[in-house]
Amino acid sequence: MPAVTLEHITKTYDKGRIQAVTDLSFTVEKGELFGLIGPDGAGKSTVFRILTTLLLADKGTATVEGLDTVKDFKKIRGAVGYMPGKFSLYQDLTVEENLHFFAALFGTTVEKNYGLIKDIYEQIKPFSTRRAGKLSGGMKQKLALCCALIHKPVVLFLDEPTTGVDAVSRKEFWDMLKRLKAEGITILVSTPYMDEADLCERIALIQEGKILSIDTPANIVKAYPEKLYAVRADSIHKLLLDIRLYPDTLSCYSFGEHLHVSFRNGEKNDQNGPEGLRTYLEQKGHNRIEIKPTPATIEDSFIRLMAGNDKGASKNIPA
Amino acid sequence: MQQFLVFVRKEFYHVFRDKRTLLILFGLPVMQILLFGFALTTEIKNARILIVDEAKDIASQQITNEIAASSYFSIEKSVLSHKDLYTAFREGKVKCALVFPAHFNDDLVHSNKAQVQIIADASDPNSAKTLTNYLSAIINDYQNRLNATAVQPYRIQPETLMLYNPELNGSLNFIPGVIALVLMIVCTTLTSVSIVREKEMGTMEILLVSPFKPLYVILSKAVPYLALSLLNFILILLLSIFLLHVPVRGNIFLLFGESTLFIISCLSLGLLISGVTNSQQTAMMISMMGMMLPTILFTGFLFPLENMPVPLQVISNFIPSRWYYTIVKTIMLKGLGFSTIWKETLILIGMTVLLLFISLKRFKIRLA
Amino acid sequence: MSEKAIVCKDLTKEFGDFTAVNKISFEVNTGEIYGFLGANGAGKTTAMRMLCGLSYPTSGEAMVAGFNVYKQQESIKKNIGYMSQKFSLYENLTIRENIEFYGGIYGLSDQQLKSKEDELITTLGLEKEAKKLVGGLPLGWKQKLAFSVAIIHQPKIVFLDEPTGGVDPVTRRQFWDLIYEASAKGITIFVTTHYMDEAEYCGRISIMVDGRIDALDTPANLKQQFSATTMDEVFYALARGAKRSAD
Repeated sequence: MPAVTLEHITKTYDKGRIQAVTDLSFTVEKGELFGLIGPDGAGKSTVFRILTTLLLADKGTATVEGLDTVKDFKKIRGAVGYMPGKFSLYQDLTVEENLHFFAALFGTTVEKNYGLIKDIYEQIKPFSTRRAGKLSGGMKQKLALCCALIHKPVVLFLDEPTTGVDAVSRKEFWDMLKRLKAEGITILVSTPYMDEADLCERIALIQEGKILSIDTPANIVKAYPEKLYAVRADSIHKLLLDIRLYPDTLSCYSFGEHLHVSFRNGEKNDQNGPEGLRTYLEQKGHNRIEIKPTPATIEDSFIRLMAGNDKGASKNIPA
Repeated sequence: MQQFLVFVRKEFYHVFRDKRTLLILFGLPVMQILLFGFALTTEIKNARILIVDEAKDIASQQITNEIAASSYFSIEKSVLSHKDLYTAFREGKVKCALVFPAHFNDDLVHSNKAQVQIIADASDPNSAKTLTNYLSAIINDYQNRLNATAVQPYRIQPETLMLYNPELNGSLNFIPGVIALVLMIVCTTLTSVSIVREKEMGTMEILLVSPFKPLYVILSKAVPYLALSLLNFILILLLSIFLLHVPVRGNIFLLFGESTLFIISCLSLGLLISGVTNSQQTAMMISMMGMMLPTILFTGFLFPLENMPVPLQVISNFIPSRWYYTIVKTIMLKGLGFSTIWKETLILIGMTVLLLFISLKRFKIRLA
Repeated sequence: MSEKAIVCKDLTKEFGDFTAVNKISFEVNTGEIYGFLGANGAGKTTAMRMLCGLSYPTSGEAMVAGFNVYKQQESIKKNIGYMSQKFSLYENLTIRENIEFYGGIYGLSDQQLKSKEDELITTLGLEKEAKKLVGGLPLGWKQKLAFSVAIIHQPKIVFLDEPTGGVDPVTRRQFWDLIYEASAKGITIFVTTHYMDEAEYCGRISIMVDGRIDALDTPANLKQQFSATTMDEVFYALARGAKRSAD
């Protein structure tokens, strides 16, 4: 039995004017570390709220540990852990007080499941008498995680836990999640950061309320239809403009100091493809041109899926 | 200058697109003018008066007729003995009374001098003063008419008795009303803001997604505020007693019991308000400003209810503080017990239960 | 003087005995895209506020667009644009109304405003939405619109405070296209971001740690200096040692 299922879930707001999620379906297996990846407004929080029984979907059904989110909501509420977006603990209670409160809320004590949160809590223990409002973003995050775990939930829902937190804490957070997996807890995480997708076992890419793709990160990038090349030269911006004008370019997007380029016809002949590009760029006066194949990343896949399977047009210019 | 105008234009856009602001801008003044225009009158009409006529002679009859004809008074009952007099006052049935001693006319005719007794319920000292003045004026009128055709002047001497509040201490009327107002606003505001704060901060979501029953969430908020409000009540009471010399003539435990009941009704009201908004600011505005005006107007401590037009009097019956005010006055000032106020208590209980029921039922266990 | 958009020397801001910004010094060339990075709590926002003429430094010197940050704050404000992630446009005004408002505030004449307004709407492809409330737009469009409005008066410098937070990858890149175009027109760009790949789009970047600038160079040089292949690694190496991390 999967830990979480959604079947044809649709949810609208404002009398149907805002489509939050449309015909969404996926499952999460027990013990999986599952990522819901998508930008703001994609529908991630809506999905989480439906699964934690806080919202009723307009259409479709959802289950958590086999329990229906509508009929058995009381049982679900007792069994899951939930960390809503933008962190919500009691700012004027201390770290300790927050933890004790949430333990009591779930009818347990801090001591009972301390082993589960020990590694995480040790990091904030020196601040245990500080008010939660005065903690840094990273520490708040750790505290929130402890509070969500303290009753040893079967499924953990974390809605954008790393947003607004510095890069170092983000890394630490994901390390903690990986260790939690070993306890057999099913974890659903949502995040707008594409690079965090690789840290999950399976992911669902979501945009504007629809799922673009669900699979392991590895499979998703493997499924990238064209061959990608990383191109760099001395002036990035000029490069970007020129490559977009190159007739054989299918897509061209910036990725840091490289541009990821794909071609319509590939390496069919040397007027096209990477070699053709090199000639073209040299003619345009670019220096130190590097063109080499590069594996697709989740972000490449996301962009590709957003554009749809549109091989005809090269939709890489701003709207 | 142009920049300034641009800013002004933007502010206009904001105002017209914010329904809440428009309501305050236009709705509130209109409502206030209407209410205050109709409710605000210090003039007294149809005050219930009791006539005790031990004389039953022509003079007392004539004076009684004058009173009956006057629009200021409405004769409740013309009784014949003293006994029923104080009962009527206790039960709040009359605001004043006029007592003619036996041989009233005889005294006038034979000694050109007679006495009458004016008794007024001075728990509302202003009304009492006004009513005694009206009565004195009527008696004076009669006296002057007699004197127009008299050889020797007649004198009718009214002796005034102010019941419950001989010093005409204005606070006595005021303070119970202030107690009701303060409790109402503080309890309602604290409760509604506290619940809405959880919603605003997002902690409500976490509380809901837990085995903790929503009912307990509400109770856990109600209990501290109930306790604190009772403390608040004690504080106000102490200040009233020692600083303002307001007496507590009745049973103080009864007072506490009734106050607890009232506080619970306010907490329920706060709970109800918290359900209509997700913003602390709105909750505070509704609780403080939205509740303040109706409470001040319809409790009856600033403007006597009997003087308001009937529709407003009907509305006042639905305001819990109106009943609480009567109860507090009766216990504190008149020193009376449960037997007098059981009706008001029952009504208050009914309102509280109803408010609790509605607010609990409406408490959202989901976000939308 | 007119060559440098921003000149900063030992700029410091103290709040009581807490030093938020500790003697930072750097220069930004006109037309440059300058990345101002740092972890949360490192002092970025405080520094930016001083440069925008929004707060007085405790000590040190700084010139922005040729104006002194102590004495000529009003002149600075007239010559810069500003956009942040948290706030950009009024949600309950329409697109046109927002443009007209900001254009008016920045002192554009009616004529200029009209032509700019039409130009902006056409460039962003918002003809159909022009009369709709901004609140109803998707996040990405709001950010792009906000940026365009921030430069509507052709300022010398535009300050961008995490402009692409939470936005989808395609829109993010479209946003940077807009930045490039602005830069090509001679507008200096001063941008902070949490996306390390965006750091690569900048000509030079500085990284603040605990109130100081601990690194300042081109992305390529920094990567070499820290033996890193991505800016991510550079950042991690520097931020890991940070003692401070605030909200």
